Amino acid sequence: MLLKQEAENPQITYNSNKMNSIDALKELLYKIADDQLIIGHRNSEWTGLGPILEEDIAFSSMAQDKIGQSEHIYNLLHQLGEADADTVAFTRNSAQFHSSQFVELPIGDYSFSLIRHFLFDFAEYLRFESLKSSSYEPLAQVSKKFFGEIKYHTMHANTWVNQLGKGNEESHTKMQDSLNYAWNYALGMFEQGPAEDLLISENIFIGEKALQDVWLGTITPLLTQSNLTIPAQENWKPIFGGRFGKHSQHLQPLLEEMTEVYSIDPSADW
Amino acid sequence: MITKSYIREQLKQVKDPEIPTISIVDLGIVTGIDIHENDVHVTLTPTFAGCPALRLMEDMVVNHLNSYNQLGKITVETSFETTWTTDLITDEGHAAIKKHGLAPPIRNCSNITMEVIEATNCPYCDSDNTSMKSPFGPTLCRSLHYCNNCKQAFEGFKPI
Repeated sequence: MLLKQEAENPQITYNSNKMNSIDALKELLYKIADDQLIIGHRNSEWTGLGPILEEDIAFSSMAQDKIGQSEHIYNLLHQLGEADADTVAFTRNSAQFHSSQFVELPIGDYSFSLIRHFLFDFAEYLRFESLKSSSYEPLAQVSKKFFGEIKYHTMHANTWVNQLGKGNEESHTKMQDSLNYAWNYALGMFEQGPAEDLLISENIFIGEKALQDVWLGTITPLLTQSNLTIPAQENWKPIFGGRFGKHSQHLQPLLEEMTEVYSIDPSADW
Repeated sequence: MITKSYIREQLKQVKDPEIPTISIVDLGIVTGIDIHENDVHVTLTPTFAGCPALRLMEDMVVNHLNSYNQLGKITVETSFETTWTTDLITDEGHAAIKKHGLAPPIRNCSNITMEVIEATNCPYCDSDNTSMKSPFGPTLCRSLHYCNNCKQAFEGFKPI
């Protein structure tokens, strides 16, 4: 069954020798927007379920920010000739999504959602900080906007990671266990694209390697201050594949839920 | 003769749908007005990328300007070319936000930290003896606070 599905839904393939800078740019935009759309959907799953009212509102607000931001990135793709935002967001299957496997993981218990929020949002924050000076001006413009918004997300994440990392034994253990589980998935966010060198040489993006270094330099001291320890480097095994359409079993059910209304009536509006 | 300042003045009657005391002009989101003969093209910049009022405000601008018979074709676009920050809110806008019962955002918002947002003055009694309950409120642009002086929960317009 799985083989059949894979045959029908070939994953994303590139011929890196033939990629021009527009193809490379599109690949970059797709992975940013897809990450935001999927994490935004996951964040929204806390709506009505947050452990306290303020946290329910926080995750719902962050969901709104991220899905809103993804729409603007899909609009940039539309300007580059891709289908419009709704079509792109709601009609692709999992093998066509460029999101990292990290963002599609279920929300788990709150400690996992907080740790993912921390690791993902700092990466996103630093990604947009670097993209503020992208040579692709429309991306630089939206990055300036998103950067200011995501600052609130990272402040929120750090406050809770710090409080619970340093809280009592139970909260500390839960946060550390979640960090250990999340770590290799988080490293998977920095999977290199098929035309990394082109993006770097055209000054569109600093590249995943450089971004991961900045990210590690930022989150390591913050986690240390929260009494949390990053897994030993010899155990780092990044979970790659998402950028090329290889996903876990968790993405397709998410997409089916997310697109339920659209599938019934593509013209539905509210 | 239709001038930019005339259009800007008329747009002061278009209010933010979520904070109806403030006009979109005082909110600082009208970043461009282009006039060609009687046609008017207005450029707006989003406050928050995910703001659901964005398209509504575009429609409100078109509908409002369409009510002036001397104006020709009205078009509106949203552009990120000017990055909106709360520093673009005018002094009148600050007063309008306060009138709605929200604490206005602090000025010079480029270096926001939790400590800065914590130090929001109460919109009711002006006390600085307040604490922040959450940087996320009922809309994307608001945070939740409590005044220890007048024992009142209040919302702040987030500096961004």
